[in-house]
Amino acid sequence: MHYDSGDTAWVLASAALVAFMTPGLALFYAGMVRRKNVLAMLMQNFVVMAVVGVLWVWVTYSVAFGPDWGGAGLLGTLHFAGLTHLHQAVPGFTGRQAQTIPPVAFVIFQMMFAVITAALLSGSAADRMKFSAFVVFIVAWSVLVYAPIAHWVFSPNGWLARAGTEDFAGGTVVEITSGVSGAALALVLGRRRGWPQDLMRPHNVPLTVLGAGILWFGWFGFNAGSALSATGAGQAFVNTNTATAAALLSWIAVEKLRNGRPTTLGAVSGAVAGAVAITPACGFVDTAGATVIGAVAGVACALGVRLKYRLRVDDSLDVLAVHGIGGLTGMILLGLFATATVRGVNGLFHGGGATLLGHQGLAVVCVAAYAFAATALVAWVIRATIGLRVSADDEQAGLDLSQHEESAYDLESAFGGSQRVAATHQPPGEHT
Amino acid sequence: MKLVTAIVKPFRLGDVKDALQGAGVVGMTVSEVQGFGRQRGHTEVYRGAEYQVDFVPKVRVEVVCDDADAEGIVEVIVGSAGTGKIGDGKVWVVAVDELARIRTGQRGRDAL
Repeated sequence: MHYDSGDTAWVLASAALVAFMTPGLALFYAGMVRRKNVLAMLMQNFVVMAVVGVLWVWVTYSVAFGPDWGGAGLLGTLHFAGLTHLHQAVPGFTGRQAQTIPPVAFVIFQMMFAVITAALLSGSAADRMKFSAFVVFIVAWSVLVYAPIAHWVFSPNGWLARAGTEDFAGGTVVEITSGVSGAALALVLGRRRGWPQDLMRPHNVPLTVLGAGILWFGWFGFNAGSALSATGAGQAFVNTNTATAAALLSWIAVEKLRNGRPTTLGAVSGAVAGAVAITPACGFVDTAGATVIGAVAGVACALGVRLKYRLRVDDSLDVLAVHGIGGLTGMILLGLFATATVRGVNGLFHGGGATLLGHQGLAVVCVAAYAFAATALVAWVIRATIGLRVSADDEQAGLDLSQHEESAYDLESAFGGSQRVAATHQPPGEHT
Repeated sequence: MKLVTAIVKPFRLGDVKDALQGAGVVGMTVSEVQGFGRQRGHTEVYRGAEYQVDFVPKVRVEVVCDDADAEGIVEVIVGSAGTGKIGDGKVWVVAVDELARIRTGQRGRDAL
């Protein structure tokens, strides 16, 4: 079997880029929560890296990418559990999809998608979920929700992939799945105490900006790495940047028109929304398509953040609005803007008719419906057994203290420290 | 003896401290507080959701002094803390019945 060294190097580097996105997401979210829940948010994201890091090699990789179980395209078998049989090619990747990288490189690259998708759910559950329940939830959700959906779409043997759905880097598997699952988790979990009437301002917007910057950086691996080819990655790479930039601009344009001021949080939220929307489309559209997809996503998600107030569901950090609506935007617009000049398939606007659009719509509906129902069931079972939420007292005290016995910021000594620093600002002579 | 208490804008604290020291004040207590006066709070917008922030961060400066010095200290604080804009804060003076220096046990004006 011939492996291409350039392709392999790019996919391994991309795996590292995507791995860095989860710490970035941790900061992105930690800045948006209140001061008493910062470490809990960081901890949830980091523990997902560990939980899925082990689970993926022992179970979920094989469920997602193993030989199809029964031929229905619903699940993979445990053939690759424990990363055995990796001398065999990843099933289904034949013909023009034949991989030019060792399967083990594909394992680690895809692991990072499983990690960050699960980590995104922390944003919906912010400020009120027991750490123990979160860990159990992530294990069950990875096996029952993420791995099957990844099989349907990412494995060429999956039923949606065979039906003709196109999803370059995870508009359904990552974005719609996380957005809808997040909303389902938030629904079963219940609202934060005091939401929506109480003030729950982001406690540190600069952390959020730093996190968004890391996400933007890592997304080049996420999207362009999904080409699984170094030479084939360029257009996806450029499209990722174009759409991210366009969405940042369109989100702050909405704010300027609606509220009078463009905000920092809006700008970085727009960037993430654009990266989300171009995720399924980045390998199928040209520059015009990427620009429009980004611009539309920025507007759609900026308006979509209002939805949770209408639904009265405390999707605390807007996972549904940014990832669900962003992913929906990208999936549907891919059905319009795909062009064969980039990758072999035409959408409605390039003479391909409505066929692709229909396949995209089918995937959106089926993935969203399954993710919502299965996530709600997993969350409900955990709520009925070990419980999902911390006590009212623990929620009031904050998760940092009640779940981890730590505080993110030692403000008392920070204030005292500045006084001591001031006291040392004396002429040198006085010290002698 | 009097207790002079001032609520000032946090960024004016350095000037207030320097002015008080320049006027001969040898000690003060400073704390971070929140509140509002006639300027009320302000509005902040995060992802389209408007938050009314009622309490504005302020700094409270407290100085215990001799009766005769209180008026001068008030003048110094008013002169150094003001920006001319709404939200500059307030200064007030109350009588102090008793005072003790913990280290020596001195009482009253000797403890100042």
